[in-house]
Amino acid sequence: MFYREAGQFRTTYEADGQILPIRQDRIFLLATLAVAVLAVPFIASPYLLSAILIPFLIFSLAALGLNILTGYAGQLSLGTAAFMAVGAFASWNFVARIPGIPMLLAFVLGGLCAALVGIAFGLPSLRIRGFYLAAATLATQFFVIWCLTKISWLTNYSPSGVITAQQIEIMGYAFDTPQRKYVLVLLVVALLALLAKNLVRSNVGRSWMAVRDMDMAAEVVGIRPLRTKLLAFAVSSFYCGVAGALYAFAYLGTVEPEAYNLDLSFRILFMIIIGGVGSILGSFLGAAFIVLLPVFLNIVAHGLALPTSVASNLELMVFGALIIFFLIVEPHGLARLWQIGKEKLRLWPFPH
Amino acid sequence: MKLLPSLVFGAVLAGAIAPAFAQEQFVALPSYRVGPYASGGSGFYGGIIDYFSLVNAAGGVNGVKIAWQECETEYNPSRGVECYERLKTQRGGATLVEPLSTSIAYGILDRIPKDKIPMTMIGYGRSDAANGKVFPYVFPLISSYWSQAAAMVKYLADKNGGSLKGKKIVHLYHDSAFGKEPLPVLEALATQQGFELVKIPVAPPGSEQQAQWLQIRQARPDHVILWGWGVMNSVAIKTAQRNGFPREKILGVWWAGSEEDTVPSGDAAKGYTAMSFNTPGNYPVLDEIRAKLYKTGKGNLADQARIGSVYHMRGVTAGILFVEAMRTAQDKFGKGKPVTGEQLRWGLEHLNLDAARQKAIGAVNMFPTVKTSCEDHEGSGAVKVQQWDGKKWNAITPNWIVGDRALVKKLVDDSSNKYAAEKNIKPACMP
Repeated sequence: MFYREAGQFRTTYEADGQILPIRQDRIFLLATLAVAVLAVPFIASPYLLSAILIPFLIFSLAALGLNILTGYAGQLSLGTAAFMAVGAFASWNFVARIPGIPMLLAFVLGGLCAALVGIAFGLPSLRIRGFYLAAATLATQFFVIWCLTKISWLTNYSPSGVITAQQIEIMGYAFDTPQRKYVLVLLVVALLALLAKNLVRSNVGRSWMAVRDMDMAAEVVGIRPLRTKLLAFAVSSFYCGVAGALYAFAYLGTVEPEAYNLDLSFRILFMIIIGGVGSILGSFLGAAFIVLLPVFLNIVAHGLALPTSVASNLELMVFGALIIFFLIVEPHGLARLWQIGKEKLRLWPFPH
Repeated sequence: MKLLPSLVFGAVLAGAIAPAFAQEQFVALPSYRVGPYASGGSGFYGGIIDYFSLVNAAGGVNGVKIAWQECETEYNPSRGVECYERLKTQRGGATLVEPLSTSIAYGILDRIPKDKIPMTMIGYGRSDAANGKVFPYVFPLISSYWSQAAAMVKYLADKNGGSLKGKKIVHLYHDSAFGKEPLPVLEALATQQGFELVKIPVAPPGSEQQAQWLQIRQARPDHVILWGWGVMNSVAIKTAQRNGFPREKILGVWWAGSEEDTVPSGDAAKGYTAMSFNTPGNYPVLDEIRAKLYKTGKGNLADQARIGSVYHMRGVTAGILFVEAMRTAQDKFGKGKPVTGEQLRWGLEHLNLDAARQKAIGAVNMFPTVKTSCEDHEGSGAVKVQQWDGKKWNAITPNWIVGDRALVKKLVDDSSNKYAAEKNIKPACMP
């Protein structure tokens, strides 16, 4: 009923090829965006904005980056946090060393630096695949963090290797409150998400999926595997790099190697597995799940007045159990659940 | 869809936030009791909470009860920032925060002056935050890493008859922000005093050090400074034994000087020395904690044998400093009512815990005299050296050691002024 498409006719190729062919989806997405931009900054508390929504959006962007690489191009990667670190450190250095550089340009350049690193570490993907490639990208993780602790030029010779991020300022306008930071992050993420959605629908995306499904066959039909794979690495790392820069500038406030450890890579991997591999929406759902659930469990445990040590172990157990439950019940993630729900709503209340 | 869970969550959260409580001094404790550093976190926060409970049992600070709330960070900067944001508005607003993690402290460093919540960094963190003109809300109380490094060199010099000229010292360090922090002091002192400094990094977490100790054996150093953390410490001690390097020549940092570091190493740790800003032993305040809290089942530690252990005593020390700051602030701004974060900041800046005050608390010589001011948020810089005899730690320096204060002061001023220039802060004392 909610998704009844009766009367929605697509008579042109443009109408058939649009991102959201169902009118309800379009209305829903626009309404969500409108609420997110126009209402949330005014009604949400600073805690909700700065501790929940901003990290949620940033992790969504990182998950989107990994999803492009793993979900669409089929290249396993454990180096997500390293690409984020490159983006953060590069952006910091661009801002610190080029006076007056526009902040957004610094983020883009940071993303481009991450893309270059991604290409370099994506090179082995032509020869190795699957778990072996995952091990190779693990090397990125260790190498980048090693570089950042080793080369003190990158941290401007700070004695401890930790530097504080500069204030975000765009055209003289300082993004210093949670509301402003949230709006900035939201706009960047929305823009890049739209770009990603279009990218995976284009011939580039099709060739990624062809390589993912069977790279031998893709080569036979004329897709150049190396170029396709490297492009996936570059685009994915760009997304991760921008996410890393936002993570440092809009969330943590510091730029340090520790924040981009292997643990973060794994968390982003969990996000796309739970959210849905090969789905844009899934990246957002997965990030929401991983960011919100521990906080939620933590608050529930606090409400029950459990001792903190019991509470945090309980949190880990519930979290682990839920992940296993989700993977057994719906291996294709939350995005697939949403899709099923939509199909059911199309027939509701009269199932066949 | 992506916003819906957040909104639902927000509604839940709004319900969870309790109304303002009167007559309570609220302290935010972003603690960690699970994860790789749980042993340190549980002991430290256990100590703080034990001391708070003790004060509350005696009626609070001039009748004002201390309230606190923990939030599990797992030592993760991202979760730490979330915890800080969550805790700061609870119960009418936090007036003090202690994250016991350099990364989390850095993450909230820019937020605390805006929120007007003082943050302590007892024994870690930014050494240059000792300059209260640039960091009015940050307090690296008792001793920073730089003071510790200077004191280490002083102790080693004294051990060698007053001079380290021509000696060789290895700095074996955790290859992270924490391990690199003392380098400016050590390098400056090496040129000044004419000893050779050999820097050997250990990749975190440090569970494999065969190559490093081989290198140390070849270098034949007179002393090894072990700047380690977590698993790295016991591995270092055991590998030193396997390589026949005398443990007496190893001097650990204070994060490498707890029971958790030495007990797993067994006999290998016997004779190992480490820094501390507490004098190991028993004190009336610990007896009181045993009698009033643990006898009645109100103690925070699950294992009573840990009462008075290095991390627990460090936590009790932190608790004493917090309570004294509240007392000092109340003396100025009105007794018998909770003080605000700004007022507590004033209290922290005017601490004076001399021997007489320590005696009243039941903690004489448990920690050095702490006297803070706007120029000196550290308040002491004095440390002790302790040695593991196979069963417990013993202080081997009867007096408190203070390193080259002038050098540390100069480095603090240089570094904090650089920070002030970067952030457009005008250095000034707050009234």
